[in-house]
Amino acid sequence: MGFNPCVNIRKEWDIVGARQLGREHAKELGFGTVDQARIATAISELARNIYLYAGTGKVCFEIINQLDKKGLKIIAVDKGPGIRDISQVMQDGYSTSGGLGAGLPGVKRLMDHFEIRSDSGEGTEIEAIKWVR
Amino acid sequence: MPNRVNKIIMENSDVIIKNWLELVSEKRKNDYTSTISEELFQSTNREFVNVIFNSLDEQGLTKDLEDFSERLVNLGWPLSYLTDGLHTFRRVVIDFVLAQSEKIDTDFFSIILDKVDSWVDPIINKLVNEYSGSWEHTVSLQRVALQELSAPLIPVMRNITIMPLIGTIDTERAKLIMENLLEGVIKHNSEVVLIDITGVPVVDTMVAHHIIQAAEAVRLIGSTCILVGIRPEIAQTIVNLGIDLGKFPTKSSLRKGFETALAITGRSIVKEKDHSKEVQEIIGSLEKE
Repeated sequence: MGFNPCVNIRKEWDIVGARQLGREHAKELGFGTVDQARIATAISELARNIYLYAGTGKVCFEIINQLDKKGLKIIAVDKGPGIRDISQVMQDGYSTSGGLGAGLPGVKRLMDHFEIRSDSGEGTEIEAIKWVR
Repeated sequence: MPNRVNKIIMENSDVIIKNWLELVSEKRKNDYTSTISEELFQSTNREFVNVIFNSLDEQGLTKDLEDFSERLVNLGWPLSYLTDGLHTFRRVVIDFVLAQSEKIDTDFFSIILDKVDSWVDPIINKLVNEYSGSWEHTVSLQRVALQELSAPLIPVMRNITIMPLIGTIDTERAKLIMENLLEGVIKHNSEVVLIDITGVPVVDTMVAHHIIQAAEAVRLIGSTCILVGIRPEIAQTIVNLGIDLGKFPTKSSLRKGFETALAITGRSIVKEKDHSKEVQEIIGSLEKE
């Protein structure tokens, strides 16, 4: 693939960089404005989680080209403290930082496919896919 | 010994300068300075090499160097022109001195390197400092300019104030928005504040959280906050995220929000008497005559 697939997240403004790159890919793939906004928001949430809880990490993009469908995959990886109880963070309104607690469950609703792997002390990896309709 | 090196360099400055000019011109062909005219490039090169030699003469950094670098910074020449030029210069001088000396042992070699390094390195440092200083200055100016633009508050009418937000909202800006909002509400004695987010590209949970907090704080000091400029795609993502913005009124456009604000403050837009009909009648009667 002919693009730089990853954005490193080190400071708050890197979230904006990740979001803009993601939106560009989404536009190229032919997503509508609503889905572009959904994807940008999802990236924003994932990148902000990295910035807030892990400090550093990266957000990667992958364009999926299958016979019957196309899509954009977002992969957010960090080596932070990890998540102890995944079912807890997937509940609406749960937050350890005084936020709204809508981030991860929100991303799940914004995207078509959502997968999270995390071990306490090992870091977190989240994969989310949006299909072009 | 070092003096002998000095002497060789000074006596043969013409040859060194010539070699250097040739090398630099050759290097130029495929790089960054291609938009600069040949004439200007050559004259700058000559000036550059004179500045370098002057700094050897006077045993240190000179005012010439300062002026020269300042001018190049202002003209926007790339820093790599200067660093490349100095690296080339270092090589030319070392090559030349070595070629001039009949016996070369390691001591002599290290003396030459020492001499040339202590000559060229301060110049490089000085230039890099000058350049990065000018960049830092620009960045800090832009930061100040950005901060001034980041949370403007416009009192449009008695008791009604608008805060238009454009661009990304980060934590620092969110704090500024809150401060300006509350300060402005007190200062302008506003009953209604409209926050316009038409120009905010993404509303995620963090941005929403800050807006909710700001609206709540405005409510606490006795005013009403109306969120306007919610684009359809933003409305959908807010619903998807499951954010509850039900605690304060929201409107799609600034115009609708302003009408609501007028209603809250007990006013409304009334059209004045229609004059166009009268004008039509006058024109009609004129045509009859």
